[in-house]
Amino acid sequence: MTISLSHYLTVAAILFTLGIFGIFLNRKNVIVILMSVELMLLAVNLNLVAFSAFHGDLVGQVFALIVLTVAAAEAAIGLAIIVVYFRNRGTIDVAEIDLLKG
Amino acid sequence: MMLFALFFYLFAGICVASAFMVIAVKNPVHAVLFLILAFFNAAGLFVLLGAEFLAMILIVVYVGAVLVLFLFVVMMLDVDFAELRAGFLKYLPIGATIGIVLLIELVLVLAAWVTAPGIVALAPAPSASQMSNTVALGQILYTKYVYLFEAAGLILLVAMIGAIVLTLQHKRDVKRQSVPRQVARTRERAVEVVEVETGRGLS
Repeated sequence: MTISLSHYLTVAAILFTLGIFGIFLNRKNVIVILMSVELMLLAVNLNLVAFSAFHGDLVGQVFALIVLTVAAAEAAIGLAIIVVYFRNRGTIDVAEIDLLKG
Repeated sequence: MMLFALFFYLFAGICVASAFMVIAVKNPVHAVLFLILAFFNAAGLFVLLGAEFLAMILIVVYVGAVLVLFLFVVMMLDVDFAELRAGFLKYLPIGATIGIVLLIELVLVLAAWVTAPGIVALAPAPSASQMSNTVALGQILYTKYVYLFEAAGLILLVAMIGAIVLTLQHKRDVKRQSVPRQVARTRERAVEVVEVETGRGLS
């Protein structure tokens, strides 16, 4: 009943898959898409920390710290863009965010 | 060891279940609350792995700041969230297909994965009896990886300035106090002495 590295990796893989699933499932709601991205970043962090702990190497935790920083910055900017977009257009439906016609 | 496994399955189970609830619940406020639960249990997993500092950072910074920001934004926006869920069942088959394919791939990679023999740790972690995880992390973060640390600070600064610039708005018809103009006001510009003839008054 020992917990090995692959146990942690499996949990992280399930979390990552749920994140991708969430993006597909809530294709119209930007906020839930952002939350799904947060879930995927959490899964990546779990992977990094698990490898770091099982290999006895601290670099993984340093890298997880940087990922956390970038995730926080991404969430702040993303939410700011959503607020500005909602102020201008009155909706956050992804299907209607097509002004640039990319 | 038994207790360790018990807590692992507890944290992992709640984490995965609440992650599923994040993408499945109707109300986005509930989704944010389930996301907070998922992050708390992930912090528990970090503690089990011996990464106490990251666990505390995850709770203090992530749950305390970022997810509360999510909560604020969800509550601030007056959006009809029921309408945004219209295509939920339409996208279910393709989402499930891609998700299952990805999960199978990930699990296959995990099953076939081995560590290369003779691998050398870049920064060997000291044992917990020697020094705590926080001390060990600080000792390499502020020496060997100090540029990475500075870059992280720069990223946060740019994000902060960007978020402020994006959301700050000046309203045209609101009068604001301008301290420099008030201080720069002189007696000559503010007061005028007018000679008034007796009995005439000012027209």
